Order: sequence, then structure tokens, then C-alpha cells
Amino acid sequence: MTIKIAVIQFPGANCDLDAVHVLRNVVGVDTSLVWHNHFKEAEFDGVILPGGFSFGDYLRAGIIAAHSPALDEARIMLKDGRPILGICNGFQILIEAEFLPGALLQNESLKFVCKWVNIKVINDRTAFTHRMKKDDVLAIPIAHGEGRYYTDNLKELEENDQIVFKYSTEDGRFKSEANPNGSLESIAGICNIEQNCVGLMPHPERASESILSPKQTTHGRIFFESMIEFIKRRLT
Amino acid sequence: MDQMEFIIEISLENKPAARDPVAETIKRDLLAKKGYDIVSKVRSGQYLRLILKANNEEDAKEIVTNMCNDLRIFNPVTQNLNIINVKKL
Repeated sequence: MTIKIAVIQFPGANCDLDAVHVLRNVVGVDTSLVWHNHFKEAEFDGVILPGGFSFGDYLRAGIIAAHSPALDEARIMLKDGRPILGICNGFQILIEAEFLPGALLQNESLKFVCKWVNIKVINDRTAFTHRMKKDDVLAIPIAHGEGRYYTDNLKELEENDQIVFKYSTEDGRFKSEANPNGSLESIAGICNIEQNCVGLMPHPERASESILSPKQTTHGRIFFESMIEFIKRRLT
Repeated sequence: MDQMEFIIEISLENKPAARDPVAETIKRDLLAKKGYDIVSKVRSGQYLRLILKANNEEDAKEIVTNMCNDLRIFNPVTQNLNIINVKKL
């Protein structure tokens, strides 16, 4: 059984090669970098939409890429339960393609924020978090200007267990100083109701090797290891 | 019937429910500080000007409204679409 993962490359992506590197060389899974117009879902068991500035963030971050044929292909994967991860700009694309609900607005500070933050695991049953434990606190960097999560239907998100991560202090408390962009309820990442599609602003691919982490942590790896195990379970 | 060309101006305005830090900063750190505290409210948004062919003004508005809805030119969670002007070229 060979597992194949696609990392979609949109014009303006800049974290695509980081994701490919981690999947191939850290997690050790067969991974292809695929140009967005060439992506065919039938060849892949899972897909990553990486970070960057697809189509220059014109009109609204993620909206142009959301109309790419790659998203029509990914929609088939969404429906048949294969894992889909959107990181940063990838999260913005998943929101604009309506794979995930809500909106990502300009940071409350109006500044681009690039730093290591802590996120607390709220839902440990998704395709990308089932090897984590609820209430675990992960160290992961962020780098974005438009990451302020907003929804007009928070109740539904909570009732459906769609909040996956919240920004927190290192000891797991939700405080405004630990919320880097003013997200509603400190939300850092969410999933669809079926839990096979996750989007988050932090960058797990930048937190998967101890040499890159100020605290020598490798919490980002757990996202990708969870995905591989999720795929293995689906295939057996 | 011959089609005519229209200029349509639209604004995508942020809804009141979501905070609008761009507008808040303009009001607090520019207008109020420079003596324009008569301004009680600011909302920011985006502006697009389109030129298109249509049978008449009503058709032109309908085409643009449908296009904006179909393609999510505005995010309905946080933005409202306003047609602010339609003019025959």
C-alpha cells in the first residue's frame, strides 16, 4: 500500500516546498508538488493547501484560488472523506471555497504578525489531530496579516465540535494577550462537520523539526503523522 | 435589441457585527486627533468599477448582483454588497 499526498502549488504560494520537505523527508511519505491547474484527485489519498499569497491575495485572501479547478477536485475528496489540510493561506482558500464556515479578516492590530505562538487542542478526533490529546498545548509559528477568524454562527460551530485549536498561553489559558490577531473566541483552526478537513492559521510544516524550534519541539509533525495513520485506517 | 454599455460601481462594505479595525483606526487615530470629531462613524470596505454590456439598467444591475453572489466577490458572512451607481456610457 503506497500512500500518496499532493501539495497544491498556486501562483504566489511560498510555503509549498516546506510542506513537501516535511512530508517527504521528515514523515517519509510519497508526496507530489502539483500545479493547481493539473491536480487530479484520483491519484492522491490526501491533499495539503499550503501557505503563501495565492494570486497576490487580490480581492480577498484565498478567493481567487477558491475558484481554481484544484478546488473542484478537492471537493470530491472532501465528500468521500479523504483528508484535506489548509495551512494559513490554505485555510483562507478553504474558507472562501466554503469547505469551512466563517471568514478570516485583517488582524485586529492591522499588522502582519510573524512569531511562535501556543495553540490548545480542542478537538482531538479530526484526521489531523487524532494523535494529539484534548487540552495539549502545541508550539507552532504563525505568519499572517489576515487571520482574525470570525463567524456569525459560533453556537453551531461549538455544537458540531468544529473548533479544533484555540490560541492560548503556554499553560493553556485563553487570554487576550495570547490571541495574536483578535480571532473570535481565540479560534486558530476549525474543521468540517465530518472532521476530514482542517484549516488553521499556524504553520505545522515550520514546526516539525527540532532544529527550527526555539524550544526544540516537533509538534507540527503530529499533524502529518495523524493524517498518514488516518489514511492507513481508511484503506484497511 | 442592441445592447448598451454601462458603468456600474459597487462597494463591498464590512457588516457592523464584525469589528472593522481599519475604520476604527481612521476614526480614532486620524479624524479625531485632527479635530474632525464631528465624524461619529466610519466603516471601511472595497470599491469596484465595472463596465459591461446589458439590455438596460435593471439587467445590468441583475447581472452584477448575480455575478457577485455566484463568485463570492463579497464574503456574505462579513460583507454587504451595495450597488452605488449605474450609468450608461
